[in-house]
Amino acid sequence: MEFKPLTSADQPKIRFLVVDDSVFARKNICKMVEAFGGEIAGEAGDGIAAISKYKDTRPDIVLMDITMPKMEGIEAVEHIVRDHPEACIVMVSSVGYQDNILSALQKGARHFVQKPVKPEAFYEIIRYVLSENSEPSRTTPAEVQS
Amino acid sequence: MNMELIQPFINSLDAVISETMRCSARIADVTMEEGSYQRTGVAALVTLSGDIEGRIILDMDAAAAGQAASDLSEIAGAPSEETTREIVCELTNMVIGNSVTQLNDRGFKFRVHPPEIFLIDVGPRGTLDSETVLLRFELPKGAVYLNIAVHENSPALVG
Repeated sequence: MEFKPLTSADQPKIRFLVVDDSVFARKNICKMVEAFGGEIAGEAGDGIAAISKYKDTRPDIVLMDITMPKMEGIEAVEHIVRDHPEACIVMVSSVGYQDNILSALQKGARHFVQKPVKPEAFYEIIRYVLSENSEPSRTTPAEVQS
Repeated sequence: MNMELIQPFINSLDAVISETMRCSARIADVTMEEGSYQRTGVAALVTLSGDIEGRIILDMDAAAAGQAASDLSEIAGAPSEETTREIVCELTNMVIGNSVTQLNDRGFKFRVHPPEIFLIDVGPRGTLDSETVLLRFELPKGAVYLNIAVHENSPALVG
């Protein structure tokens, strides 16, 4: 399937930081990001590495797994958002129960995508988050609960 | 073992295989197991702690693992052993993650630990207080085994 690039040819590409402990999952997500016309700013295999990579690369969007060794994704979101309130983080995890989603949103994540990731849905969520980023409103935990 | 604990794993395995490998996983056999687990192909293990505790092993025989690696890696030729292990590990992560989501929505609260590739031939027993169920699923090529050794720590919340 072909996707319309996230940005027009005269604009800089959207830069992504991909965080997942599975090398295969990272490759898979990177492939999708590139198909959407995005650029990979960096990759990390755990929450601690993600915090450090965020500081180094300042990506436009972070795609963050939850279940990871050393530090889980939700804790990493808390650290990143505390230091960089403008951070735009989308959780990408196979564990998609409401408590987890709410907790991630409360810590500052913008959205949640459940694995296995469907490229079409993923693309729409990224577009939504980018459009939301240019507006003040966000998905709130209350919206997820309803 | 409470079948309500097992059903989410059956549903999730079928859904994940269907989504990622574009084929169906037909449940072919369900047996209660005793003793250590004997690995058949490429396997990964996930540990759970909380209201439900124990471990789950997802084991793909050589044909199924080869097919999964070929379908998911989208590379020409035979995928490397390392790629195949990575892919089985990620499939395990997705199957268990989706199962845990369903169980959590039924009121069980627990933590899932990251999947680990399972390299030894003979695996851990279920614990003394865990019954072990072995599910065999048939794919168009090969078979997938789910070896589930879990027990409830809290009063049953399902219903």
